[in-house]
Amino acid sequence: MNLDFSQMVPYIPFMLEGIWVTLKFVSMSILVGFILGTILALCKITKLPILKGLADIYTSIFRGTPLILQLMIFYFAVPQLSGYDTSPFLSAILAFGLNSAAYVSEIIRAGILAVDKGQTEAAEALGVPYKPMMINIILPQAFKNILPALMNEFITLTKESAIVSVIGYLDIMRRAQIVGADIYRNFEPLLFAGVIYWIMVYLLTQLGKLVERRLRHSD
Amino acid sequence: MIKATNITKVFGENTVLKNISASVKQGEVVAVIGPSGSGKSTFLRCLNLLEQPTTGEIFMNEQEITKEKTNKLEVRKHIGMVFQHFHLFPHMTVLENVTYAPIKVKGLSKEEAKKLAKQLLAKVGLTDKLDAYPNRLSGGQKQRVAIARALSMEPEIMLFDEPTSALDPEMVKEVLDVMKDLAHTGMTMVVVTHEMNFAKEVADRVLFLDDGVLVEGGEPESFFNQPQTERAQDFLAKIL
Ligand SMILES: Nc1ncnc2c1ncn2[C@@H]1O[C@H](COP(=O)(O)OP(=O)(O)OP(=O)(O)O)[C@@H](O)[C@H]1O
Ligand SMILES: [Mg+2]
Repeated sequence: MNLDFSQMVPYIPFMLEGIWVTLKFVSMSILVGFILGTILALCKITKLPILKGLADIYTSIFRGTPLILQLMIFYFAVPQLSGYDTSPFLSAILAFGLNSAAYVSEIIRAGILAVDKGQTEAAEALGVPYKPMMINIILPQAFKNILPALMNEFITLTKESAIVSVIGYLDIMRRAQIVGADIYRNFEPLLFAGVIYWIMVYLLTQLGKLVERRLRHSD
Repeated sequence: MIKATNITKVFGENTVLKNISASVKQGEVVAVIGPSGSGKSTFLRCLNLLEQPTTGEIFMNEQEITKEKTNKLEVRKHIGMVFQHFHLFPHMTVLENVTYAPIKVKGLSKEEAKKLAKQLLAKVGLTDKLDAYPNRLSGGQKQRVAIARALSMEPEIMLFDEPTSALDPEMVKEVLDVMKDLAHTGMTMVVVTHEMNFAKEVADRVLFLDDGVLVEGGEPESFFNQPQTERAQDFLAKIL
């Protein structure tokens, strides 16, 4: 075993830049996934069969096919069909955001259903319309209960984000491969990338715990 | 003020309310009693349309509210409801619980809503708990907040579904006292209860439900002393 990080030193800034590049699309994807996931979850609990059906089909498709395939479709197939190039950045946000929305919608749906039915009745009895009832009363309680599950989803997304390297997006993973090819040593850059991912996930986990503690004030 | 005519409610195969007709006058306090499963809650929940009666009509101030096109939320603004298990909003403080509906539903300003909430919370004896979260309160305190919350919409009528049944015995009185005060201020009230003393002392009228049927109704005096029907006699014999 002969690890030699000295050759890598000039590439460290290049690798570290990948953190920002990864975070940029991961955070956008989380945002897209969260907002769209909430909307899908609300569709799933309505009494309108059309909305419910569409949301269920959506979820089934995005959960039932590989993420890497979805990513490649957004990157290769969409430009072929539409004539517009989708940048790696946009493809990545679309694939990860839309995919995450499917998982997030299931988590949120379960969270909403777990809120005591008496809460809905109390709000209805006061004459509170559906929208403010959801936004102010049901969703805050649902989110509090599902925070650990949501955090898990975001962590998974952060780790899985490494597959964007296949469409040439210059994230941490891709940079590790480039450096590896440059210096003819793969292990060191991969190890370095691994440490970066691990630290990011660790920080995300801590952030989750912090938010959770904040929300616990009413328990 | 509120009148039900020939209300029937069917859940699947189960007919829970059978042809119930009853009315409540302005300022009247009506106690609804009867065995478990007799349909008391369902009847009460029909009055504010939490349940839609299968057949029959309900009128509020001469207006039929059971029509298809009735705006249920509009009706409920004028009908307060207090539940057995309180159903306070756990992520809101006491003050937020009581100001929420006036602000969101009635469009009061925050200041107006706070002022009103403080008055109501003073009325139920909870001025020192404004910023507490519900989980820090005892059952009796929670129920008093729930009463203040229902009153915050300044309803014309208040519905209570066994408001003291989930409470430890030592807390029953504080809630009943608040309800008595409310009755004395002239509030129209319909109270489903197992507290026969409350029914005797405070109610103007008692309705006795059994197996979905309004079996007997009348002034508490005569109902408790000379129940007319066998079913009422049996029921009273069991619980008194
Ligand atoms: N949403 C519902 N779906 C199906 N059946 C119901 C529903 N709500 C009530 N029931 C049934 O209707 C009957 C009457 O219930 P209800 O809650 O009105 O009785 P109650 O007199 O309030 O009883 P308790 O004293 O136990 O509260 C019961 O048999 C109950 O199982
Ligand atoms: Mg009941």
